[in-house]
Amino acid sequence: MSPIGKTIPGDLVSRVFRNPYAVSSFSLMDWDKLVRQARRSGLLARLRTVLVQHRQLDVVPAEARWHFDAAATLADKQQIAVRWEIGKIAEALSDLTFPLIVLKGGAYVVAGLPSATGRLFNDIDILVPRELLGPVEAALMLAGWHPGGLSDYDQRYYRRWMHEIPPMQHVKRATVIDVHHAILPDTARYHPDSVKLRSRAVPIDDTKKVHVLAPEDMVLHSATHLFHDGELPHGLRDLTDIDLLFRHFATIPGFWNRLQARAEELDLSRPLFHALRYVQHFLDTPIPEDFAHAMAHASPNRTTQSLLDAVFLRALAPDHISCADAYTPLARKAAFIRAHWLRMPPHLLFPHLFHKAFFQARYDEQTT
Amino acid sequence: MKLLQLSPSSLRKHLAGQGVWLRTGPFSLRIQSRLPRVAEGLIELYGQFEVRDSNLAFADFHVEINSPSMLRRWFRPQVNFSFDGDLPFKPLPLDQAYPMLEWGLNWSISMHAHQYLIIHAGVVEKNGLAAILPAPPGSGKSTLTAGLVLSGWRLLSDELTLIDRKTGLIQPLPRPVSLKNESIPLIRDFSPDAFINRASHDTAKGTVAHMRPPKESVRRQHEPARPGWVIFPKWSADSSTTLTPRSKAQTFMFLAQNAFNYSQLGADGFRVGTRLIEQAECYDFQYSQLDQAVAAFDRLANAAPAAKAA
Repeated sequence: MSPIGKTIPGDLVSRVFRNPYAVSSFSLMDWDKLVRQARRSGLLARLRTVLVQHRQLDVVPAEARWHFDAAATLADKQQIAVRWEIGKIAEALSDLTFPLIVLKGGAYVVAGLPSATGRLFNDIDILVPRELLGPVEAALMLAGWHPGGLSDYDQRYYRRWMHEIPPMQHVKRATVIDVHHAILPDTARYHPDSVKLRSRAVPIDDTKKVHVLAPEDMVLHSATHLFHDGELPHGLRDLTDIDLLFRHFATIPGFWNRLQARAEELDLSRPLFHALRYVQHFLDTPIPEDFAHAMAHASPNRTTQSLLDAVFLRALAPDHISCADAYTPLARKAAFIRAHWLRMPPHLLFPHLFHKAFFQARYDEQTT
Repeated sequence: MKLLQLSPSSLRKHLAGQGVWLRTGPFSLRIQSRLPRVAEGLIELYGQFEVRDSNLAFADFHVEINSPSMLRRWFRPQVNFSFDGDLPFKPLPLDQAYPMLEWGLNWSISMHAHQYLIIHAGVVEKNGLAAILPAPPGSGKSTLTAGLVLSGWRLLSDELTLIDRKTGLIQPLPRPVSLKNESIPLIRDFSPDAFINRASHDTAKGTVAHMRPPKESVRRQHEPARPGWVIFPKWSADSSTTLTPRSKAQTFMFLAQNAFNYSQLGADGFRVGTRLIEQAECYDFQYSQLDQAVAAFDRLANAAPAAKAA
């Protein structure tokens, strides 16, 4: 792998993930920065878990300690709530005869994976067969979830071009579900086959109501989501998810070979390559050498790679003023445009960005 | 060092630069602002609070209150509240800069400080026992809180009752008391000791101003209190002053619904809430005259077996 270039200085969160013992030499001002960066990245509770695992929690000064504890309180409660909510979704969809597949955070929780620990949630993502989107949406609406307040343009945009329908929010509990029929839009550069993904989903218990993606597919989806999604407010959190998945699945015999084969099969070797590169950089994730070597073919050319490094080293760092350099705003914008570029061909992308730039502001003002 | 020991010009300079580090109750804040009204509000209302060099001290909340853009400083000027770079609210007119800071601080605390069960209620203390005053807006909760703290009760908090989940005790947070509409002249008339800052008009809550917390309450801001009463005040014109016992179960339900983070605490929220209710006497309270209301509260405090300050 080509060398990755300089790290953006000041990123304390990934530094502590790489080496939890570093906190023993932290000044009070370092703790001030760490708490702020971790809060912005949604990683306060997960950092606490890491500090507990390395017996460093007692090192945290009293001033900073409650921030970690309070975030853990919230994360613990969210785990229970997410489980319960997924039960409600399964109940709402029980008349439809297809396996309900939970994606991302919700999947980590129901499957009891380490990547669930200390994770905070904004929504629950599910994957359903495209031909059943109509009945699924109707069933969820009957159970109290309704499409949120989007403009007509956004509604049309989602339904015509996206791999998910507009987010649905529960009228009483305000929980949000993202219903996906694929992991990338039809218009995207890569075309992972959703039928293939669904075919290898695994049930999480004997009732076989709720499923999660197979281990390789779960990693591939997380990587695809991270490197093809427009905004990266929780980029580092999503990267730590992938790190924890790698560390956990590495113990399953044959995992790395299956991962490589599956990436080829689903046309997702490139996002997997990016994930490998940046988890190693930010989090020192142990990756078998022969696997890394075998994945090298998926690397972009050297110029593109150095450009991507310049973007992702900044865009994946905590979105906080204390670890931004002069190029960070540009890098975040570039990551946003790149993701859209990969999701839509130019004849769709330019009109879309044009609309967003000139009409969205007006809509936002009207609705306030 | 207390904020009042800082000269106004040096306070303004710090606010506009690295920020001012300020302790209020159990929380430390770093406040940044270039707006003269924010500096004025802090000088008038937070004089007794501890300040430090913001470059050396850990701060729980880093907040900023400023105009969103150059244009908005001149054309229909507006202000934004920023929580460490995040903007949780829509901008407000410049006239509301100071109340926006107070509302923003309430938000910062209630969204993050889950080591407490946080109830939307005023809370005051006498003889070591705290009276919690939960009530819907418009019930005269803040007026009554202001009246009581101007009559010898200790201000624990005007909006946020913090119940320590470990000890069950109430943690003081004696920030300025927010007064609305008619309560502003009413409190001015009630006590010549009251200092109330300049009012902001046409806010979501009408006209709003803040009353400086009593010096003694600020001095004792690290001294928690035991819950003694939960009292639901209701101001009603020409009514007599009446105190009626109410059901503990109902009171618990109301507190749970009016807690900012009851559901986030899960089973522990229930445990903390029920322990509170078991210790407290619960009443409905109707009044029309503030001095009579204070007298009724004093009788309640004097009748209670004197509790040792916790």
